[in-house]
Amino acid sequence: MNYLWVFLVGGTLCIIAQIIVDNTKYVSGQILVMYVVAGVVLTALGLYEPLVELAGSGATVPLTGFGYSLVKGTFSAIDEKGFIGIFTGGLTATSAGICAALVFGYLASSVVKPKTKI
Amino acid sequence: MAKKIGPQTVKLRTPVAIESTGSVAGTMEGLGPLGSYFDLIVDEDNFGDTFEKTEIKMHSKAIEIALQKIEAESDSIDLFVGGDLLNQIVAATFAISEYSRPYWGVYSACASFAESLQIAATTIEAGVAERCSVSVSSHFSSVERQYRTPLEQGSQSAITSQRTVTASGGAIIGQSKGAPTIVSFTTGKIVDFDCCDIADMGTAMAPAAAHTIITHFLATKTSFKDYDLVVTGDLANLGFNVAKDLLASEGYVDIGNFSDCGKLVFDTDAQNVGQGGSGAGCSASVFCSYIYKLLDSKQLSRVLFVPTGALMSPLTSFQDGSIPAIAHAVQIAR
Repeated sequence: MNYLWVFLVGGTLCIIAQIIVDNTKYVSGQILVMYVVAGVVLTALGLYEPLVELAGSGATVPLTGFGYSLVKGTFSAIDEKGFIGIFTGGLTATSAGICAALVFGYLASSVVKPKTKI
Repeated sequence: MAKKIGPQTVKLRTPVAIESTGSVAGTMEGLGPLGSYFDLIVDEDNFGDTFEKTEIKMHSKAIEIALQKIEAESDSIDLFVGGDLLNQIVAATFAISEYSRPYWGVYSACASFAESLQIAATTIEAGVAERCSVSVSSHFSSVERQYRTPLEQGSQSAITSQRTVTASGGAIIGQSKGAPTIVSFTTGKIVDFDCCDIADMGTAMAPAAAHTIITHFLATKTSFKDYDLVVTGDLANLGFNVAKDLLASEGYVDIGNFSDCGKLVFDTDAQNVGQGGSGAGCSASVFCSYIYKLLDSKQLSRVLFVPTGALMSPLTSFQDGSIPAIAHAVQIAR
């Protein structure tokens, strides 16, 4: 059952993005930003947490999940450190993801070469 | 001397000859319907170290092939005219630098080949040069990097988009007898219909193509029936249909001999290329291979060649700018 919810929630988030790609002039970078901001807003309003409890990585892996982590990290840092937590919390909570993207991106680019699509 | 016969049209008193052409294409283009017409088909990823260096090498090779066919030395070229789509037209500049001869770099996007032909024809007729080389190139991957997103991002392309042709075309323009000749040309004006969709360049360029074709017809008192082939540069399926509609609305309905290099270069049903081909190398390579060979073998004797260009830059697009377009027509006779 868990797997099913992960698939359904994650898949639905991706379908929505694909519909935006196909029907609007937004380019991928704009949609990525849209998704992160949507995740931030939904989490701040308390609407994203139930989705994460239901679907786990189905809700945290898509980019809205990055917005969710930013907000959660900020909230918990505020609890711990007070005012300064507003500035440190978001990046602290997402540092593993950001660092992994950099490291694996670098590793991939040093061993493979882009090719023209045929 | 050349004579102005219309608001934008010039007739050459002594027709200028296209003595020889050379064309180099990538794998995808080689697999297309015109594959057998190209002089050389290369691996677009490994012909040079990078996509840009590959394009430079393809550009230079097209000139080399054109020179070889008439056994001409590069020293006999008084002027090199060339362009491409990269910033600071580096493909043409780096390719032509090895010849160490006078050079004019030009840019009118995918209409650069026609602009180069017009400059070479005018220069030769004015007696400023006796023999010119014109060359233009584009490369799918270098253009993606320059105008769109890096290949590594794997972005999906829109259904209205076209595929930039990886190819180069070079021609030697001179005065020898017996070769196809440039008899007149119409220099396009910038036509801006306020199109803003950079994923649909064919539609943005169609009004410019229709305008230049009609302007040329009126100035030369000709129409579609006076040509064996009227061929635009890279409107591809969608833009070509828009151009046909625009021409029909001006009364040009019998246009069976109207075609487009972007439609000719790929098989849009079998190849995954969106609406068809685009890019400066599209019209240049199709002209320097297929069209020139048909002219040379007298299967075509009157051609109106109308490359089309979209003159925006990534910066103007980011600032919500429109897509100004241009089309230059060159009338060639055998």
